[in-house]
Amino acid sequence: MLQGWVIVLVAFAYLGVLFAVAYYGDKRAEAGRSIIANPYIYALSLAVYCSTWTFYGSVGRAASTGIGFLPIYLGPTLMVALWWFVMRKIIRISKAYRITSIADFIANRYGKSQILGGLVTVIAVLGVVPYISLQLKAISASFTILRNYPNVLMPVHATGQSFANNNALYLALLLAAFTILFGTRHLDATERHEGMVAAIAFESVVKLLAFLAVGAFVTFGVYRGFGHIFQLAQQERRLQPLMTVPETSGSYASWGSLILLSMLSIVTLPRQFQISVVENVDEDHLRKAIWLFPLYLFLINIFVLPIALGGLMLFGPGVDADTFVLTLPMAQQQKAIAVFAFVGGLSAGTGMVIVETIALSTMVCNDLVMPVLLRWKSLRLNERPDLSRLVLLIRRCAITVVLMLGYIHFRVAGEAYALVATGLISFAAVAQFAPAIFGSIYWRGGTHAGAIAGLSGGFAVWAYTLLLPSFAKSGWLPGSFLTAGPMGISLLKPQELFGLTGMDEISHCLFWSMLVNVGLHVGVSLLGRQNANETEQATLFVDVFRRTPALERSAFWRASASVDDLLPLIGRFLGPDRARELFIAYARRRGADSLEELSADADLVAFAENQLAGAIGGSSARVMIASIVQQQPPGIDEVMNILDEASQVRAYSRQLELKSRELEEATRELRAANKQLQELDRMKDDFVSTVTHELRTPLTSIRAFSEILLDDPEIRLPDRKRFLATIVKETQRLTRLINQVLELAKIESGSAEWHTTELDVKDVVRESVETTSQLFRENRIELQTAVDGELLPAVRADRDRLMQVLINLLSNAVHVCRPGEGRVEIRLGVSRGFLQVDVRDNGPGIGPADQETVFEKFRQVGDTLTGKPHGTGLGLPISRRIIEHFGGRLWVESDLGAGATFSFTLPLERPAAGAGETVAQVTG
Amino acid sequence: MGKRILIVDDEPNIVTSLEYLMKREGFEVQVAVDGEAGLKAAAGSAPDLVLLDLMLPKMNGFEVCERLRADPRSRGMKIVMLTAKGRQADTARGMAAGADLYVTKPFSTRELVAQVKQLLSAPG
Repeated sequence: MLQGWVIVLVAFAYLGVLFAVAYYGDKRAEAGRSIIANPYIYALSLAVYCSTWTFYGSVGRAASTGIGFLPIYLGPTLMVALWWFVMRKIIRISKAYRITSIADFIANRYGKSQILGGLVTVIAVLGVVPYISLQLKAISASFTILRNYPNVLMPVHATGQSFANNNALYLALLLAAFTILFGTRHLDATERHEGMVAAIAFESVVKLLAFLAVGAFVTFGVYRGFGHIFQLAQQERRLQPLMTVPETSGSYASWGSLILLSMLSIVTLPRQFQISVVENVDEDHLRKAIWLFPLYLFLINIFVLPIALGGLMLFGPGVDADTFVLTLPMAQQQKAIAVFAFVGGLSAGTGMVIVETIALSTMVCNDLVMPVLLRWKSLRLNERPDLSRLVLLIRRCAITVVLMLGYIHFRVAGEAYALVATGLISFAAVAQFAPAIFGSIYWRGGTHAGAIAGLSGGFAVWAYTLLLPSFAKSGWLPGSFLTAGPMGISLLKPQELFGLTGMDEISHCLFWSMLVNVGLHVGVSLLGRQNANETEQATLFVDVFRRTPALERSAFWRASASVDDLLPLIGRFLGPDRARELFIAYARRRGADSLEELSADADLVAFAENQLAGAIGGSSARVMIASIVQQQPPGIDEVMNILDEASQVRAYSRQLELKSRELEEATRELRAANKQLQELDRMKDDFVSTVTHELRTPLTSIRAFSEILLDDPEIRLPDRKRFLATIVKETQRLTRLINQVLELAKIESGSAEWHTTELDVKDVVRESVETTSQLFRENRIELQTAVDGELLPAVRADRDRLMQVLINLLSNAVHVCRPGEGRVEIRLGVSRGFLQVDVRDNGPGIGPADQETVFEKFRQVGDTLTGKPHGTGLGLPISRRIIEHFGGRLWVESDLGAGATFSFTLPLERPAAGAGETVAQVTG
Repeated sequence: MGKRILIVDDEPNIVTSLEYLMKREGFEVQVAVDGEAGLKAAAGSAPDLVLLDLMLPKMNGFEVCERLRADPRSRGMKIVMLTAKGRQADTARGMAAGADLYVTKPFSTRELVAQVKQLLSAPG
């Protein structure tokens, strides 16, 4: 027999050592000489992963499935290899925004959502409580078993003893007290617990040594080495399957899903997040942890198979394999090793419970209780001078409640499952955080609604496929729920959902819950929109490596608050002295000598929020700061206001985007217009240059002859006459040119006056012929007029301008014909609603290339003629514009050497009947 | 022996006035009314100086000038460009084409006569 008080004494002694280590760690931290600031301590503290499940449960699982215990350790080993990319990012983000828990992390990413933080907390508590109960069960069982030393009696057989029922309660209370001492001695802005980490690292050493001691004893003390054990086991037919992977398809699937599950859990378990992220001192420690932690897992697993096989060979079926680590030394009368094994199991259990409950209590306090209390206006919490005591009280209560929940679970459902199975149910619950966490650091598009939908959906599926069945197995629900499905609907059988069979319950749950979780997360995110707040947080998280390490700025705060407002607020949570220190340090960083000099800007507000976030979580901190910034007690309305403001900013930015697109469009149009203007400018420049040239030419003659006449009074009379006649003619030419340029400008600018009347073209032609008859006579050129049909319909035109066109065409015709041989013919006719006038000559004609050129300004086609062409080069362009003004067309048809025909058309006046028709159509 | 001057211009009145001015100074005058005729006349009679209009039918004054400068027989000929185009760029192009002088219309008859005389008395 081993006296109960001896075991209790050993346990207390151990816990006392643990507390001493923690106390020393805290003292060193306060002195600024941290003992945990090295990668070995960090890697050892990560081994909090190995709870009693590992210490006792691995052997139990190995005894039933052989190497099936391995996936739980292969997963983390694989995951840790990726940590430099994954965990470093999570750590960087958490440090930058003073994230205190996994709930805080997820809530922060999706817009500092209190709802999300609360949801994560609830899932974590519900998921992890069975896991905590598992530790209580293992420790209390080990205590009961050890008490019967050297007799190996299972606790199930010892239920008659009243102490067995109560020792788990005492243990839970003891652990609660211990955890409160460890984790909630004071409230810190960084929420780090150096002493606790030191104790956890110490515990990792103890449990590893204990397990190695038992393993070595069994392998080398009881047997003669590894080879001996495996050789003996090989001879027993019932043990052979343990040394191979069972050759059913399901076993590979379940290996895969267990590896995946444990890969996710090493990140998403609240205690792992606490240790690997929140308690991390330096992200460089990851470099060593990447290989040290797998090495630890390797060492603690190396004796699992030998112990399992040894136990199976030595004990009959009456001994639970989960107890082999303890019962093997007992059976061999090795009191010291048995006690050491007990201490190892105790350390594995306490380590897990302490860290897990601290993590959970932080979440419960920051993400569940504080937000509710802060919104509860009648409590007037925001007016209380010191809230740090309240926060600590809430955490202490949370720790006690969580441990009591664990105890209740142990009492009610604890016997239904083996250690490993309970652990896996917890793994599957916390694995639901994985999509939200990995999404938050790699996918910018995830939304608040998507995260909530994914988490809720995944959690619901977990509850339906794992939690309810565990209730059914405990007898709380009828067994038919499992075997026939709810209300007899077999498609809804919780462990064969929609007919999915051939998987173990964990793989089945993992498949459906991840499908629903990821599907909802992605689907709802893609369908919805982020608000400005979410967009900002998404960018801060995903792009954390692109930002400066000193991340104390948030774009969220556009308001400001003074030090006088902020300091007391922070002081209420962190204590006035500590708050003052922090503010002074901040002021120094900003280059201010004292607090009074600190400018009350958005940076300062963000800094204060960040400090507060470390103590009470991101979402609560935001509400508290908002109350100060707005000088009002916080409430749902104020928070809504902030969000409204954010969505307004978003609306502005959308408008801005729209405006900038319009601006781009306008710029493009302006560029095109500018190009057109440049082209016009060039054309105008050319025009001016050409006009200048045309003006200078007659001026040259006028000046030259005038100077000749002036210089030489003795000049002969015929020459004098000839020169003066030239001067007169050139002056006329100059006048004509100026008139035509002005006229063209007027027509082109649309400012010309038009006296449009109904007129008979025959009259206009007759008048034009009369006007030019002198010219024709002088050049001895014949002119004929022919009219098709007796009566020509009237047209609407300006009589003088139409005459100008006709005279221009007639005089052009005269000038291209050889004197004495020329013949010009005018023909009038009607075709297709137009009146047409042709002026035909028998001059040299115009080549096809020049038939359009003649209508361009100053483009006389005189090259084919002998001598200088007559006129200004503006007659035809002006004529064409006049005809076009009346709605007609002016063109030339010609063959070189066969004369040319200039024709124009004018639209006929509509007959009265036609006009009537139009009106009828309109009114009808 | 009197110096010979070739007038190349398509404006009859300007030709008349130039012809009168040059003859009054005792020069021998020849006339061409387009660029090609001008080149041909220059090659045939080898004048001492060409009064060359810019805007000519068939071949413009720049090209006539360049061709005269390119031909070794006419390289030493004095060339005076007479033009109604007065922009800076036109002047530059005229000088680049090899003209000895670039005169903008309308010109002073006295100055033109003086400049022609000076060009013809210069060596080369």
